[in-house]
Amino acid sequence: MQSCTNAHISDLNLRSGLPLNGIVDALAHAVGLVTTLDAKLVQIVGLSLRVSIAAVVLGSVIGLPLGAAIAVNEFRGKHALIVILNGLLGLPSVVVGLVVYLMLSRAGPLGSWGILFTPTAMVIAQTVLITPTLAALAQQLVADGWSEYREQLRSLGETKLGAAPTLLWDLRFSLVTIVLAGFGRAASEVGAVMIVGGNIDGVTRVMTTAIALETSKGDLPLALALGFILLSVVLALNAGAFVVKETARRRFG
Amino acid sequence: MRAPLSLLPLTLDNVVFQVGSRRIVDGISVTIERGPRTIVLGPNGAGKSVLLRLCHGLLEPTSGRIRWNAPELPGAPRRQAMVFQRPVLLRRSARRNVTYALKLAGFHGDEREERATEALRKVGLDALGDRYARTLSGGEQQRLALARVWALRPEILFLDEPTASLDPGATHEVERVIAAMHAAGTKIVMVTHSLGQAHRLGDEVLFMHQGRLVERAAAAQFFKRPASIEAAKFLEGELPW
Repeated sequence: MQSCTNAHISDLNLRSGLPLNGIVDALAHAVGLVTTLDAKLVQIVGLSLRVSIAAVVLGSVIGLPLGAAIAVNEFRGKHALIVILNGLLGLPSVVVGLVVYLMLSRAGPLGSWGILFTPTAMVIAQTVLITPTLAALAQQLVADGWSEYREQLRSLGETKLGAAPTLLWDLRFSLVTIVLAGFGRAASEVGAVMIVGGNIDGVTRVMTTAIALETSKGDLPLALALGFILLSVVLALNAGAFVVKETARRRFG
Repeated sequence: MRAPLSLLPLTLDNVVFQVGSRRIVDGISVTIERGPRTIVLGPNGAGKSVLLRLCHGLLEPTSGRIRWNAPELPGAPRRQAMVFQRPVLLRRSARRNVTYALKLAGFHGDEREERATEALRKVGLDALGDRYARTLSGGEQQRLALARVWALRPEILFLDEPTASLDPGATHEVERVIAAMHAAGTKIVMVTHSLGQAHRLGDEVLFMHQGRLVERAAAAQFFKRPASIEAAKFLEGELPW
């Protein structure tokens, strides 16, 4: 490992003198890749977005109602469940990758599906990773809402089963932030997709795995270009969410 | 199909609500009949709001019994309603707030829309039906909360200081709507801090002090000649309220 790292540094120095110059060159090259819509780059970004959007949709469909249901119901073990969910906010993606890998590998219980090292496997892994995040954040949001709405909704005869979707809909603009946090986590994780996707060129290579690979190969321009795009996507989405929330706050109160 | 039996009278039998060692409602027995507008008066911390929530079923008594003449069936649409000091309105249009309550009460299609239209007109919000509820002014929001319960035509309406945070103009509007609902046949049970309001709207007064029901009297008699020392002190402004 040590020798490997040293090799990279010497490689950089050989090619471009100081590492700083290397970075500037790489930046220029990265801008070129982005502005010319480099085919390889477009393919990697496209797959990243497709996988992470699919995961965030699936994760929201499962996680948000789950969090809301936990928030409005009283049951034994509720607090333990909330502690576990909050703990899973810090779920390491490599662990998720490993578990999903074991499930999907030939010898695993779902081995017959034959989907290991496909984008489908990556969607599953990212869904597993972010569903607890979405559920935990939705639980907090809906629990706060529930304490405000509970008396009024019960007075009107709302059931707990009905209160969860009513609250989710009423808090929809705040949920946008939660869903985007989930997307950010999915799009930026590298461990899970690396393990279950295998980082196969043209098939399962996404932004994060490509950055990891290109950096270790020393191809900084592509890595940097991907890094900028990843950052821009996440920033743009959050800016969009902010605009949505502000507009909604002014319009809906 | 025969008409459902009346919810009223409502009978409280030695009702206690206790938090820790503190008895917020301390052994209240009372029968609330159809008809007169009942005002619950008393200083802060007398347990008025808790009493209302116990009656409405939002709280369970620690001991004692709360009996309706013909209780609501679990899961069936509610026949009683409550208006809170600060209304909780959903982030949708004023009209959709009303239809939401009607949907829960089991109304469908045209009848839902007709009732919503009528209720909004009764409270004078017909022009604001498409506005988002939370962008309305405080007085309009409380009138919308009243439209929401009016649409349900409950047999009994509990009100917990509905005008406590409103200016005089808005208070007047809300009082007008409450009087109209009573005229339309809804039993009114209202907690208020305002003696003026109790004067204007009350037919009978339940006076509470330290969790107990100290006095029950016709409003005119209560204000002229209260029977209890606590009520007399309260009316003279000696008890904090």
